Amino acid sequence: MRRRENILFVFVLALLVIALCIVLPVNNGLIFHKDFQLGLDLKGGSYLLYEADLSKKDPSLTDAQVMAAVQTKIERRVNSTGTTEPIIQLQGNNRILVQLPGIKNISDAIDAIGAVGLLEFKEEQLDSSGNVMNDANGQPIWIPATALGSDGVTQEALTGKYLKPNVALQLDSLGKPEVAFEWNAEGAKLFGEITTVLYNNGVNSKPLGIFLDNQLISAPTVQAVITDKGVINNMTLVEAKKLILELNSGSLDVPLKVIQQTDVDATLGADSLRKSLTAGLIGIACVAFFMIVYYRIPGLVATVALGIYAAILLAIFKIIPITLTLPGIAGFVISTGMAVDANVLIFERMKEELKRGLTIKMAVQEGFHRAWPSIRDSNFSTLITCIILYWFGGTFGAFMVKGFAVTLALGVLISLFSAITVTRTFLTQMVNNGMMTNLTLYGGKHD
Amino acid sequence: MINIIGKRYWFFLISAIVIIPGIVSMIVFGLKPSNDFQSGTAMTLTFNPIVEESALRQSMTDAGYQDATIQHASTGDYFISIREISPAERVALENSLQTSLKSTLTVDNYATTSAAVASQTVRYAIIAVIVAALGIMLYISFAFRKMPRPTRWGFCAIIALLHDLLVVIGIFSILGWALGVKIDALFITGMLTVAGYSVHDTIVVFDRIRENTIKGTIKDFEQVVNFSINETFVRSLNTSLTVTFVLFALFLLGGSTIHYFILVLLIGVITGTYSSICNASALLVVWENHEWRRFISWIPGVPKNKKTEAA
Repeated sequence: MRRRENILFVFVLALLVIALCIVLPVNNGLIFHKDFQLGLDLKGGSYLLYEADLSKKDPSLTDAQVMAAVQTKIERRVNSTGTTEPIIQLQGNNRILVQLPGIKNISDAIDAIGAVGLLEFKEEQLDSSGNVMNDANGQPIWIPATALGSDGVTQEALTGKYLKPNVALQLDSLGKPEVAFEWNAEGAKLFGEITTVLYNNGVNSKPLGIFLDNQLISAPTVQAVITDKGVINNMTLVEAKKLILELNSGSLDVPLKVIQQTDVDATLGADSLRKSLTAGLIGIACVAFFMIVYYRIPGLVATVALGIYAAILLAIFKIIPITLTLPGIAGFVISTGMAVDANVLIFERMKEELKRGLTIKMAVQEGFHRAWPSIRDSNFSTLITCIILYWFGGTFGAFMVKGFAVTLALGVLISLFSAITVTRTFLTQMVNNGMMTNLTLYGGKHD
Repeated sequence: MINIIGKRYWFFLISAIVIIPGIVSMIVFGLKPSNDFQSGTAMTLTFNPIVEESALRQSMTDAGYQDATIQHASTGDYFISIREISPAERVALENSLQTSLKSTLTVDNYATTSAAVASQTVRYAIIAVIVAALGIMLYISFAFRKMPRPTRWGFCAIIALLHDLLVVIGIFSILGWALGVKIDALFITGMLTVAGYSVHDTIVVFDRIRENTIKGTIKDFEQVVNFSINETFVRSLNTSLTVTFVLFALFLLGGSTIHYFILVLLIGVITGTYSSICNASALLVVWENHEWRRFISWIPGVPKNKKTEAA
């Protein structure tokens, strides 16, 4: 029995040392070079839920295929905005969740990520006598420019899908931004045929309309037959950058709409983190003070056990890693309360056993033995609610709810471990080594 | 030993006094949903230099948002609630405010939700609460399966739990019309946590009742319950006190994002401790003694149960 107790004691100490090595912020942890992962509410950033309009998809593809393609393209776009650690997840069958941490000016990024990015080349519609047809507002009517595809059968419309993914920004002779692109083989063939028709050997040459998401960007008059490459101009630098992003990632197969958005300013996030950490520490200090004053030696042991509990839990947060959110910190703090409760249950039991006249050693054993069923049963109900909360948070991507559920559940599990292992081992060690024989210090004659 | 069980109807009365105003408020005013549960946009704006509320209201109207709710958060900060807007409309609004108020604006918090997401969240929140209640009841019935009539324990724990949730909801309904406090997904999270905590506390007391019943030294169930409550009393208070310390610190000093979330937990922990001592166990006795008639004796004309009067 003694031998087992000693092994446990060494085990607990070893666990503490490992946990501290992971948690202590020396070079982000001595053996685990990674920082705590913070949620959007603590580091600031944007949380976006997009909904895809699947009624506009290509009918030959399944919903899942379309969404997978959209996800890949959005990942590419987000990555090229230079966001660190973005999260892009499919949700349900037509939604995409995008989390962009740390971005300050979000609006441009949102536009760039969610825009369809469909680049089309169009020509003016002509009547039977070759005159340009106008709409009710006197504007020319544009129709997709088509040419015979390489299969020699179908008329293919010229769109951004024939571009090589190396679209780049350059400046024209006047220093204005323009977007340079290159066609792939098929695109070059189509473009060549279309420009041949529009150029018409320089006689009455026609313009080529360049449309992005159905908006006319520019309509230069074709001045030569072009095959392999070209430029698009007449736009601002911001617009050009956005267009490049969209063209290089490929146009989205379906239109997307933002249906939920949450932004937190990075300064506010940092402020919240600092405040809640201070508050949590003050609260825990109060608890430690109370435990020591009220329960004396066992209270002191419980405080040490709480310290070990906190170190292990934080180490686990870092390793898995668990994303820390404000409610998550609250969950951590509440689970500390649960850990305290387990200790209180044990100590109250010990006091009762001491009053019945048991020796300290017997009282410690009986205290643990008898308190265990209620510790186990009572914590289980919290675990049930945590599981339901995790599901609830997942249904609509409430990262704060999920964060709370995960930290609370882990906290409860570790608090069970700490109460029955750490507190118990420390108390039995002290009793076995005859360190404390004064009953008063164990609360024997208290009240 | 304190005779808690003997005063059970006083405690039921106290619970009623706390809960009834909240229920009335719920019926009359309901709860104020945040845009987790209702489509719309909420933002916190900071202006530098500080702008007057009247000027901001005028600018919002000029920008086409006549129905905007504008609240003062702290010096120079405003909470604004408007209908659901698109990212482009947001940019337009920010620009128009900056121009018309001649002040630089920072968006501290911005949240917009569409009607589809909001109604879905409401549905899932309801499911979550129901499943949690059922799960806990089943669990308690299982944990007390060796006792006679195990479902009774589960049922009493659930009534105590509902008591705690009603207290929290009632207070938030009152806070809703008094201070404009809205309920969000974190409120539901807080409620479920309170549910878990309430049951946690109740189980500890029930556990002791179970142990003392099995021991069989006291024959009368009412006395067993009262004895068990007294035995666990210090533990219940100490645990609640420690949790309350921590929550109170977070409430006063923690970030504004979780201010009301912490308040939910704080109220829940206090009422959870109260209900597990004064309601849940007392209900077991009420049930055991079949005091149903006395239960409804608040209604005039219903005769009191003579047996319990004598006891």
